[in-house]
Amino acid sequence: MKTENLIQALSADLATRPTPVPRAVFQALWAGVPIALGILIFALEVRPDIWTVIANPRFLFKFMFSLSALAAGLWLVLRLSRPGTPAGPALGMLAVSAGLLLLAVGTELVVLPSGNWLPALMGDRALACMVLIPTLAAAPLAALLYTLKAGAPDSPQLAGAAAGLLAGAIGATLYASHCTNDSPLFVATWYVIGISAVTVIGWLIGGRVLRW
Amino acid sequence: MEAREQEWATLMLAALAGDEAAYRSVLQALTVFLRAEARRGFARYGRGGADVEDVVQEALLAIHLKRGTWRTDEPIGPWVRAIARNKLIDSLRRGGKRINVPIDDVIETLPAEPPSEQLNERDAGEVLSKLNGRQREIVQSISINGASIRETAAKFAMSEGAVRVALHRGLAALSKIYRNEEP
Repeated sequence: MKTENLIQALSADLATRPTPVPRAVFQALWAGVPIALGILIFALEVRPDIWTVIANPRFLFKFMFSLSALAAGLWLVLRLSRPGTPAGPALGMLAVSAGLLLLAVGTELVVLPSGNWLPALMGDRALACMVLIPTLAAAPLAALLYTLKAGAPDSPQLAGAAAGLLAGAIGATLYASHCTNDSPLFVATWYVIGISAVTVIGWLIGGRVLRW
Repeated sequence: MEAREQEWATLMLAALAGDEAAYRSVLQALTVFLRAEARRGFARYGRGGADVEDVVQEALLAIHLKRGTWRTDEPIGPWVRAIARNKLIDSLRRGGKRINVPIDDVIETLPAEPPSEQLNERDAGEVLSKLNGRQREIVQSISINGASIRETAAKFAMSEGAVRVALHRGLAALSKIYRNEEP
């Protein structure tokens, strides 16, 4: 087939519209988040004292952190799924998220007597946190890795990792309303491990399925 | 440089709005650019020019299938160059391994005339031969025989919609064949 012939075929296919990346991400979230939400509500359950802790700064911080990580993941996915678009300013959002975490950890170390540091860090459900964040992230991640085939990432691994960060942050946000460990020391350890695990899974699978 | 990329962007915008003639024009203009890039890249890595046209066609397929990743408010040049670079690197990584196709599959698509001097018009018929039967017939009808969707639909007694779907799937499969994946 000569290149001129190929161009003929490509222009005949012009009417078949490709999916823009933002719509692909939206479709994935539309499919994946309700499943994660269902697992939260029906299998894990939202913590019963949620209305009494709703104004607690430690409780609120969990959401500040996870939502800032979610924003970073979303921005990174949108950028890294397009060719010639490096992470750029989206890394700034990731830095904001990390900065919030450091600030909260610093504050906690100041206000909490040092004898309480370790119990606060270990909480009472560290293992559950590490397992349940990836569990809640699974459906959003699978959906993202499926719909992001519409993208054309310079690095399929990095785009996959960004999808993992987004899915992990979604999992963490939902998990935060179930989990009763609110210390920033706990969040900085176990939430970060949970989100990182999902990010690594995204990196590994993305490298295989997001090639184009 | 700027003027050329402005031209690409203008034509691509018209194409995305459905203008097939503009689409052909921009693909032809991009072909010239992609061919020069591929030649330069192969020369830099000491590779002969035998696979240049494969890279050009692979990049054109990617530009076509992934045109939804160009944000129309951003310059088109970096987008095109990133796709060209990706496809060139893929090809260099494959190390010029030819795609293995039994010769019987190729024979009917081989050109009748002796190989022309123009390297850049090298026939890449062997990728077409890896498509499954009906997809290959439809892609071949529209590309090599230059038939329209309607003519192709009449010829194979299919609906135009079915031809469009088969064409699109065929092109997506070609892109995979270039990457040595199962179509």
